[in-house]
Amino acid sequence: MSWLPQIGRISIAIVQHLGAAGKFLPNVLPGIVVVYKRPKLLIQQLYSLGVMTVLIVVVAGLFVGMMLGFQGYHTLVDFGAESSLGLAVALFLTKELGPVLTALLFAGRAGSAMTAEIGLMRMTQQLDAMKMMGVDPMIHIVAPRFFAVIFAMPLLAALFSVVGLGGGYIVAAGLLNVDPGSYWAAMQMGVDVYEDVWGGILKSVVFGFVVSWISAFEGYYALPSANGISTATTRAVVTASLSVLGFDYLLTAIMF
Amino acid sequence: MTQKGIETSVGIFILLGLVAIIWLVLKVGNWSPNSSSTYEVTAYFDNVAGLSVKAPVTLAGVKIGHVASIGIDSEDYSARVVLHILDSYNNLPVDSGAAILTSGLLGAQYVGIDPGAEETYLVHGGQIDITQSAMVLENLIGQILIRTAEGTNQ
Repeated sequence: MSWLPQIGRISIAIVQHLGAAGKFLPNVLPGIVVVYKRPKLLIQQLYSLGVMTVLIVVVAGLFVGMMLGFQGYHTLVDFGAESSLGLAVALFLTKELGPVLTALLFAGRAGSAMTAEIGLMRMTQQLDAMKMMGVDPMIHIVAPRFFAVIFAMPLLAALFSVVGLGGGYIVAAGLLNVDPGSYWAAMQMGVDVYEDVWGGILKSVVFGFVVSWISAFEGYYALPSANGISTATTRAVVTASLSVLGFDYLLTAIMF
Repeated sequence: MTQKGIETSVGIFILLGLVAIIWLVLKVGNWSPNSSSTYEVTAYFDNVAGLSVKAPVTLAGVKIGHVASIGIDSEDYSARVVLHILDSYNNLPVDSGAAILTSGLLGAQYVGIDPGAEETYLVHGGQIDITQSAMVLENLIGQILIRTAEGTNQ
């Protein structure tokens, strides 16, 4: 009967983890004052978390858009509906793939770096040192990263969608001889500004919130050892990615 | 990288992102600021077939509005189609007709307005009484089959 206490121990650990994450959030949110008190900290993080992610997002967006162009064409041409290709690519990108893939890439590229960085600060007792000096690490270390991610995510997702639409257009008009006019016209007929475009942007804001919350939390409470930081980084990426997919389903079910 | 270089690249990043969002809204979503200044006209059809929300409303082939919503009238089970027509076309006679037409043989469906001759004009909340339902291909084929069957019997 050794597995019964095992189940209990794991359940307690999960609930404790969730509770700690819940307690972490109200400590970070007041840190929004950093946005106008110390904008330099925010700009620094926008650079290392946002700007440095642009390249991977743009390259991924281009290839995903080109892939959608090919796949969509071969599916639609069977029904003689290849003129709707622009609409299919646009809806896929703005509603789903743009926000979701950007959040997944971001969790892997920048979220993990954020966890490792904060975790290392914890390990080398920099966070404790700041507290000793009366500087709140929540406001000066965690908050700038947290809000930089929420701010950068919709911009990155929009870049992903735009580049993807360009990639789809290159494949459609350049390789598959779809009429360029009908590519854009079908898109403009079928895409709704509020439901599709703003819905996608709202999604990416929520994903940014989720990814930065999990990454910052895992880093802040990482065990102060080499093993602890590697565990925290792995857990941040895995949990953030799964949460993004879970929230994506929830938001899609609620919004559309 | 210097502080100035960082600030410049962040500025470029934010500008690019905002341009991307604006482009998505304007070009992909086809949003225009004056699209809200429309007036509402209701039309009842026996059958709307493949008409969908956002389908264009045209007059003489020119787009003057779009279909805002499609529902069922609970009293006589006809389809109630709400049309949003741009304010700049506020001089449609009250006896205008509306027909559900198809662009091409199998293309998308739209609402065509056939202007009447009255001196008074349709206003917000008005109703179009003369309507012509959508052509349903199955019914048409059915009629042709019946006619050919009658022809062979004679």
